[in-house]
Amino acid sequence: MHVTHLSLHDFRSYPELELPLEPGASAFIGANGQGKTNLVEAIDYLATLGSHRVAADAPLVRVGAERAVVRASVERGDRTALLEIEITPGRSNRARVNRGPLPRPRDLLGWLRSVVFSPEDLRLVKGDPSDRRHFLDALLILRSPRFAGVRADYDRALRQRNSLLKTARQAGRGKGLETLDVWDGQLAAYGGELLAARLALLDELGPYLAAAYRDVAASAAAERTAAVAEYKPSFDHPDTRDRDVLREAMAEQMRERRRDEIDRGVSLVGPHRDDVVLSLGDLPAKGYASHGESWSFALALRLASYDLLRADGDDPILILDDVFAELDRDRRSHLADRVTEAEQVLVTAAVAEDVPTGLRGRRYDVAAGTATRAEEATDA
Amino acid sequence: MYEGVVQDLIDELGRLPGIGPKSAQRIAFYLLDADPVDVRRFADVLIEVKEKVRFCATCGNVAESETCRICADPRRDQSVLCVVEESKDVVAIERTREFRGRYHVLGGAISPIDGRGPDDLRIRELMQRLADGAITEIILATDPNLEGEATATYLTRLLKPLGLRVTRLASGLPVGGDLEYADEVTLGRAFEGRRTVD
Ligand SMILES: Nc1ncnc2c1ncn2[C@@H]1O[C@H](COP(=O)(O)OP(=O)(O)OP(=O)(O)O)[C@@H](O)[C@H]1O
Ligand SMILES: [Mg+2]
Ligand SMILES: [Zn+2]
Repeated sequence: MHVTHLSLHDFRSYPELELPLEPGASAFIGANGQGKTNLVEAIDYLATLGSHRVAADAPLVRVGAERAVVRASVERGDRTALLEIEITPGRSNRARVNRGPLPRPRDLLGWLRSVVFSPEDLRLVKGDPSDRRHFLDALLILRSPRFAGVRADYDRALRQRNSLLKTARQAGRGKGLETLDVWDGQLAAYGGELLAARLALLDELGPYLAAAYRDVAASAAAERTAAVAEYKPSFDHPDTRDRDVLREAMAEQMRERRRDEIDRGVSLVGPHRDDVVLSLGDLPAKGYASHGESWSFALALRLASYDLLRADGDDPILILDDVFAELDRDRRSHLADRVTEAEQVLVTAAVAEDVPTGLRGRRYDVAAGTATRAEEATDA
Repeated sequence: MYEGVVQDLIDELGRLPGIGPKSAQRIAFYLLDADPVDVRRFADVLIEVKEKVRFCATCGNVAESETCRICADPRRDQSVLCVVEESKDVVAIERTREFRGRYHVLGGAISPIDGRGPDDLRIRELMQRLADGAITEIILATDPNLEGEATATYLTRLLKPLGLRVTRLASGLPVGGDLEYADEVTLGRAFEGRRTVD
């Protein structure tokens, strides 16, 4: 798929932008703070209803404006769709497809798919478990949007249950816990489903990850060390991908640890406490891998996501936000080799020289909230 | 900040559900500009609604007297009770014309985040209504969202041991939403296809 037109209204630093786009590679070049990331962030927001930079919506709306609108025409095979999201912080957002309103913004998921590479990706390796859980769930939702609902219900059930536990703890032992069984049931039902899906996803991602790491690192040493991502659950469960079995296992654990949970006033069992352990050969990446190795691992995770989505039969839009400046020459060209085939690649960089030649394609100059198509690149 | 009573009006409007500070300001200035007669009528209705409208002593629905119109209607089936969260759900279900029994309005759903447990809902009143054995079926029509499901599950566990037929509206309702937003046809169908829960 590819985007043929992007319109922004009061999104980030853009009061108004109309930008025609083409398949293949496009490079957005401009000095720091000119709005390159803002532009690709808008496309990613349409695809994921989130930003790779911020968790809340407020920073996405231009300072002083009440709401932002992002609109894109997307071509997929021989079909075109006009996607639109209106972002109003503090209220529910509104989404439309081909001008028809959708019941919920969430229903926009699945119409556009993108994979973003950014300097923030280093967090996947060096950051907290929540960064890796987010990576998994975002990929899960990208592949099957239904999981946005499962995840939202799980989070809500968790908040309800934690709130109940906390109030009970304050009120004194065992008080006000008549509905705890009910919330246990809800949490285990959504938790079992989420856990089963995450495990199955990692099974599928594994081979792509190993291959992507070899491609990116591409050194003699990397040939010998396998990049592995292994799920680390917060409780013991049978080795299965069956959500009902996992639900039962989770419910059982919750029964066992109930005392503890009541004492501490929080939910201790479930996918919200899980992690993914990344390792290179025999060593965990976190705390052991060098900076370059960590970078290669992060890139490999993104590349593997991209390959997996492609294997699903859907060519997502690739966004490479400011990644080349962080890479040495070898990694730059290895990454470039892997992505030149993509249906659409959007690259941002402060200086054109940072972009590998194969990806320079069409060039847009970004300055002070405008993006203008530059004359065909003459650098050879 | 505006002076005195204008700011008071904006603050009051801003407390209403679904009205943010900007809208509150817009409505306030609309009222300042409006014909005094219209504003007086609006104010009168506000006061009247609080004075006159009460809640039905039997089912908890809004009523203009001790008992609401539905509870007072002898043609309604006495053996079936439909349990809903709010009065507005009664209105939504009445629109479908699928249901001829009576209602019980809980006054919300179980939600620890909002500090609402079973004791804060009209569950004790529900159990009292069941005491004489006249009611044989309970339809749980709480919202098809997390809190509505939790409330339905909780009630099922309470009601099943009484030997009643307990049913839940069929799926097909927009999940995660409010009952009141379901269209008549969908809601009507959900009633027809209701299933016994266990
Ligand atoms: N909500 C907003 N309203 C107005 N301006 C904003 C908003 N959010 C961000 N900006 C401005 O946008 C600019 C950042 O844009 P962006 O992140 O796209 O830069 P960039 O071109 O990617 O720069 P770099 O090369 O440093 O990554 C900042 O100057 C910031 O002040
Ligand atoms: Mg940037
Ligand atoms: Zn009544």
